[in-house]
Amino acid sequence: MTEFILILISTILVNNFVLVQFLGLCPFMGVSGKLETAIGMSMATTFVLTLASILSYLTYQYILLPFDLEFLRTISFILVIAVVVQFTEMVVHKTSPLLYRMLGIFLPLITTNCAVLGVALLITNRAEQTFLSAATYGFGAALGFSMVLILFAGLRERIAIADVPTPFRGAAIGMITAGLMSLAFMGFTGLIRI
Amino acid sequence: MTAQPRIWDIPGGIHPPQNKAQSTARGLEQPPLPERLILPLLQHIGNRAEPLVKPGDRVLKGQVIATASGLFSCPVHAPTSGTVSALGPAPYPHASGLAEPAIIIDSDGEDRWIEAQPVADYRSLEPLALLDRIRDAGISGLGGAGFPTAPKLAARPDHRIDTLIINGAECEPYITSDDMTMRHRAPQIVAGIEVLMHILQPAQVLIGIEDNKPEAIAAMRAAAEQHPMQVVVIPTKYPSGGEKQLIQILTGKEVPSGGLPADIGLLCHNIGTALAVHDAVLLGRPMISRITTLTGAALARPTNVKALIGTPIQDLLSFAGLRPEQLYRLVMGGPMMGFTLPDSAAPIIKTSNCLLAATHDELPPPPPALPCIRCGLCAEACPAELLPQQLHWFALGKDHDQLQRHNLFDCIECGACAYVCPSSIPLVQYFRAGKAEIRAIEQQHSRAEQSRLRFEHRQQRLQREAEQRELERQARAEKAARAKAAREAQASRQQTETSPAAAPDLARIQSRKASTLSPEQKQLKVAAATARMALQRAQKQLAANPDNTDLQAQIPKLEQAFAEAQQAFEQATAQEAP
Amino acid sequence: MSIILTAVLTLLVLALIFGAVLGYAAVRFRVEGDPIVEQINALLPQTQCGQCGHPGCKPYAEAIANGAPINKCPPGGETTIQALADLLDVEPLPLDGEHGEEKPPMVAYIREAECIGCTKCIQACPVDAILGAARQMHTVIVAECTGCDLCLEPCPVDCIDMLPLPVTIQNWRWDLPRPVTGSARGGAA
Repeated sequence: MTEFILILISTILVNNFVLVQFLGLCPFMGVSGKLETAIGMSMATTFVLTLASILSYLTYQYILLPFDLEFLRTISFILVIAVVVQFTEMVVHKTSPLLYRMLGIFLPLITTNCAVLGVALLITNRAEQTFLSAATYGFGAALGFSMVLILFAGLRERIAIADVPTPFRGAAIGMITAGLMSLAFMGFTGLIRI
Repeated sequence: MTAQPRIWDIPGGIHPPQNKAQSTARGLEQPPLPERLILPLLQHIGNRAEPLVKPGDRVLKGQVIATASGLFSCPVHAPTSGTVSALGPAPYPHASGLAEPAIIIDSDGEDRWIEAQPVADYRSLEPLALLDRIRDAGISGLGGAGFPTAPKLAARPDHRIDTLIINGAECEPYITSDDMTMRHRAPQIVAGIEVLMHILQPAQVLIGIEDNKPEAIAAMRAAAEQHPMQVVVIPTKYPSGGEKQLIQILTGKEVPSGGLPADIGLLCHNIGTALAVHDAVLLGRPMISRITTLTGAALARPTNVKALIGTPIQDLLSFAGLRPEQLYRLVMGGPMMGFTLPDSAAPIIKTSNCLLAATHDELPPPPPALPCIRCGLCAEACPAELLPQQLHWFALGKDHDQLQRHNLFDCIECGACAYVCPSSIPLVQYFRAGKAEIRAIEQQHSRAEQSRLRFEHRQQRLQREAEQRELERQARAEKAARAKAAREAQASRQQTETSPAAAPDLARIQSRKASTLSPEQKQLKVAAATARMALQRAQKQLAANPDNTDLQAQIPKLEQAFAEAQQAFEQATAQEAP
Repeated sequence: MSIILTAVLTLLVLALIFGAVLGYAAVRFRVEGDPIVEQINALLPQTQCGQCGHPGCKPYAEAIANGAPINKCPPGGETTIQALADLLDVEPLPLDGEHGEEKPPMVAYIREAECIGCTKCIQACPVDAILGAARQMHTVIVAECTGCDLCLEPCPVDCIDMLPLPVTIQNWRWDLPRPVTGSARGGAA
């Protein structure tokens, strides 16, 4: 039990994938304009990340390892992720056409999201991996990504109507804010070691 | 000393300097009869009244000169006797300075009343009859917002009114009209309240008065002594006289967002409205005058006057000794919620409770607004517990969704937030602009929806007409073709026949020419044509939506139906042919 | 050698399984039509004037759903462009001048002294806002007129004027106060 709590704290706060490990910055900057879009994107990414990391783990554990095919892991993980994203895209298109329209190109871009592939690959690097710990790792990564994305979207909405000096308007102030958030999260370093 | 019932406190609020002593020194005065009176047809929230008189008519004091149109409308009465001199756009007391249609009366100086018809015993009347009286007397709320009183009293017939609140708070600085009314007309106000009680049958009646009016409190207490109503003294704070705020102070209940006090069993009326009800029911006099405060440092004799509705403002100001060279800004209403009058030729209307003739030092021009420093003092001052700072950011960014999510429409525009703002940001103006924009967009949407519906109906109508024409054209073409075939057959037969047989042939020809379709044949022909139309329509739809599987299944059926109908028709006509 | 074979076979099998899953999902989660068109149409002003180059607002909505630029509607003006930009999450563009200028709201007015009762304007009005019949007086129902000015051209005696809607106390609006000293505001960042 403790192990899972530690995994969650590590992936959400200490080794946050966006602000500490700097993965998945593309949707982080691109979809954080409005809060509703950010919430939709974070839910989609959570679904994809969790499912993809579970399936990747299973593929690795029960198909690749028994046949000594570890070298195939990158390509097979990409295959898994692409399928999951495509599946998610179809579900979103059916259930919420407005969200589908708002996410636009960023939904299929989850396929190339380095955070997703990164989580899948990092799971294989960890020693003493069980199915449950892999799933927790993937889910925690997704939660961390979602939390940061939503926080950043909230900040950007307020910045959009604030009195920002002209040289800083637009992407510049966004980057600065992201950098400050990253500094804040670096403060968690050394809290736990996973 | 009666035990004071429990009172609550409202959140926020401010304590601006009261400036009320200036206008209470001279009691209640009567200005001279004006030479000309301007009676606008719209003096409150709602619809314009419809004029009953035309230029040249003579009118008596209290005579109806415009009738109510619809539910939210009040009739207008002549405030004095005289002649109607004009009917048309006239100056109107509004921030925009736009003119409004009005009836202009030249007074004849005699001030002759029509015959008054007081109600002998109003307790014997049904509440509905009393409401008619109140409406016919043209009473609208005198508190400032000016909602027509009769529909307000009848607002929620399914809701019980438990508490009737009478608003004598008058929280805004400078204004003392309610104060003077209570001092000098307390028994009449109480009588008017009793009429309201008869209509509403509330469980309790509370009269709220701020503690800065000791004489008014004493007068009202004395008048209400043997009556089932309570005078409740509340601490002086702006804006405790707002309807929702007074309700919260006296009962601790909050009116739900976007709702009315009647939703929680409460109704609030101004003491001036109660006085007008007394005059209408017990004296039979319509609403033609009100008590208005004339104040401000530019006046030599600030006072309260019993002014006739329609009196031009400049007449009242000169009665109070206006010093024009000192006048910097003329405000109708108080310094917090009033508006600057662009034109002093405008008249007093039913909602005009105060005229503030301010000098430059009294109401200096506001300093230029500075950027918001996010101090949060505005949120502390807001009596409606809103977030003025957030509303102001959203109004700047035109974020209408967020404005509505932060309850912009619950703002009562009291101005407490702008009063405390250290950056002098004109917050209320942002909120008014935001509200106006949201209302305009909603109106645009509903109009666009209406236009869309009309357009679609028109398209359907045109399609129906086109089909009908097609049907008729088909029918005519077939008839022509048949007639042509018949003529050709007859012509060819004529050539092969010898003359002796001409006569019987002639008869046959004539009979054939005269033969038309029998009713059943006609029916079958129409059925065949209809089936063909249905088939063609389905085919056209299929061409537009090729994937529609329902249509694909329908078409063979329609084809079969058409073939059958056509066959039946041909069979029926073939039987005719020899 | 065998390891390569195993690798290829494994990947092939994986791809086949996943392909089957996706195929099933494609059928199960099929989306008919495009509800976004309805949402776009709800934002357009419904004047059916044709200034955007499409025969009505619904066809223009369908065109936008297929990628047409959102800045072609003069009666909608800046507010409509902004609303469309918010809905579709694209950049708001300035109004395309070649399709007309943004004008204040107008209504048509028939000068009755010159009307000959030909019904050509009635047939042209897309929302049936003109009342009249053959050889009877024609008049515009002001509450329904959208100001599209499609009736001006068909009139053979040119007796229709476009007049701006009058501002009265009931539709007068407070303006936003002037911007804060020093900075030019209006949608920063």
